[in-house]
Amino acid sequence: MTGVAVFTVLLVLLPLVAIFGYLVYRGVGSINWAFLTQTPKPVGEPGGGMANAIVGSAFILGIASLLGVPIGVGAGIYLAEFGRHRFGDVIRFTADVLNGVPSIVIGIVAYSIVVLYQRHFSALAGGVALAIMMVPTITRTTEEMLLLVPQALREASYGLGIPRWRTTLSITLRTALSGVITGIMLAFARVAGETAPLLFTAFGNQYWNLRANQPTAALPLQIYVYANSPYDDWHRQAWAGSFVLIVLIVTAVAAVRFAVRRGTFGAA
Amino acid sequence: MANRAFRRPDMLRPQAVAQTKVTAAPVARTTPLLDATGGEFLDRIFRFAMLACGLAVLGVLALIVYELVLRSALSWHAFGFKFFVRRDWDPVNEQFGALPFVYGTLVSSLLALIIAVPLAVGVAVFTTEMCPRVLRGPLSFFVELLAAIPSVIYGLWAIFVLVPILTRYVDPVLSKTLGWTGLFAGPSFGYSMFAAGIILAIMIIPIISSIAREVLMVVPQHQREAALALGATRWEMIRIGVLRNARAGIMGAIILGLGRALGETMAVTMVIGNRPEIAKSLLAPGYTMASVLANEFSEATGNVYLSALIEIGLALFLVTIVVNALARLLVWTVTRGQPARARA
Repeated sequence: MTGVAVFTVLLVLLPLVAIFGYLVYRGVGSINWAFLTQTPKPVGEPGGGMANAIVGSAFILGIASLLGVPIGVGAGIYLAEFGRHRFGDVIRFTADVLNGVPSIVIGIVAYSIVVLYQRHFSALAGGVALAIMMVPTITRTTEEMLLLVPQALREASYGLGIPRWRTTLSITLRTALSGVITGIMLAFARVAGETAPLLFTAFGNQYWNLRANQPTAALPLQIYVYANSPYDDWHRQAWAGSFVLIVLIVTAVAAVRFAVRRGTFGAA
Repeated sequence: MANRAFRRPDMLRPQAVAQTKVTAAPVARTTPLLDATGGEFLDRIFRFAMLACGLAVLGVLALIVYELVLRSALSWHAFGFKFFVRRDWDPVNEQFGALPFVYGTLVSSLLALIIAVPLAVGVAVFTTEMCPRVLRGPLSFFVELLAAIPSVIYGLWAIFVLVPILTRYVDPVLSKTLGWTGLFAGPSFGYSMFAAGIILAIMIIPIISSIAREVLMVVPQHQREAALALGATRWEMIRIGVLRNARAGIMGAIILGLGRALGETMAVTMVIGNRPEIAKSLLAPGYTMASVLANEFSEATGNVYLSALIEIGLALFLVTIVVNALARLLVWTVTRGQPARARA
């Protein structure tokens, strides 16, 4: 039986090794300075790069964070500090269920509330879609981290006459801050690789764009378009883009793991 | 009476003693120790602001339901329930039937579960029961790393590695040996339901395995010890003492994996062939609900077309909500409300 279990583990790790290995093999060979600094060239011309997609992704993720992080952290604070009752359970369950909604459906909703009114695709719509995806994750991890702060710390603060809002913000949140930031980075890493919600919200762009109400290129989007194309050079660039994307995401995940292992809050 | 062993510095000087006022009761402070002006008012505002954020989470869900129902009303009025029973997807003549997509979603997810569940539960059992402690951390890290890979990169790898392997080596063998069942008959282009099932299986293994691992760890140690004390072998101990106890939780993990597989878009779109027809053979191309949304949404002409697509989105949403809620309830009954682990 142990042999069967070991065999299944090896079978599961096989695609992991295969994907990462092939990605590094194709990706490292394809990355060059032109890739990181140029915009896409017209179809058929070799060369060009994904610089606008890398920057565009960062731009859309910035908008998403601006919208999603405050709401997520606020909801997490509510659940941890004020929400230890039935209604809080309802919000908790809703957040868990929202985590499982397919990303393309969230893209449809963002299309419906932003694109249809603005009458054009925009980075803002993409940011709204990604923000909706970030909120449930950030809410749950913030709540978890705040619950880890010992009650004695809050009571000591109340004993000194500090009002509740000040206690929550300056003492409880401050103590749990590294854990909360861990949760935010986790949500960020998950959302950074999402393509489906951006398909008809940010839509993609062949040129530079840093205006929030214009279509914007995004790295996963560009990879998708290039992967489905019939041009070898575009396939090469898709691998390079995937390599950049996976390096960013794995760095974030590894940093999260490292931070968590060092302890969620300082000397308490 | 003053304690002679303890001399307060301000008592050493006699004039200090004469200057202290002796009152019958201490005077209450009227000013707070720290500057907490307006404390209660700001407390109320803070609580209201945090409540608003909490309500925003509920609001997001309500918004999703509202928008989907609103925009799909046109298609609902045009086709009614028959929308999910008809097979013809004809945008030119504005005839829409979603059965091929429903079939594709269900079959690809089922295939993914059949492949993924034994592997994921095997990994979970190995990690909790048989693995040397030193390897546990790195092993779980690697399995969760599989979950961190974006879906589009899975699709990219599938197009350039998985599909050629299937076309050249696997599909001909399957056709020859299992073709008589009808499941592996017909020509194979690689881009098929089978390829989609495999890539989906790879994607849902980490989810099933991490929740199964949590559930297995919650099984009390005395169950294992009792089984061993009765003379069970190692496998019997795992089967009787651990897996049987964690049955509900593992079922919840499987259903959660199903929920993820139902909604998966990009990797499936890139390998399933995108042909809106129902075929018995797994080697034939198919189409899923999420794929048709990804492919045709930004090019939908006409209000009925768009509305039909949004109705498919609504159906997908409802199915995944129900599946996820069921899974969460099952897992919660086993782990009894312990906070969900942050998953990458």
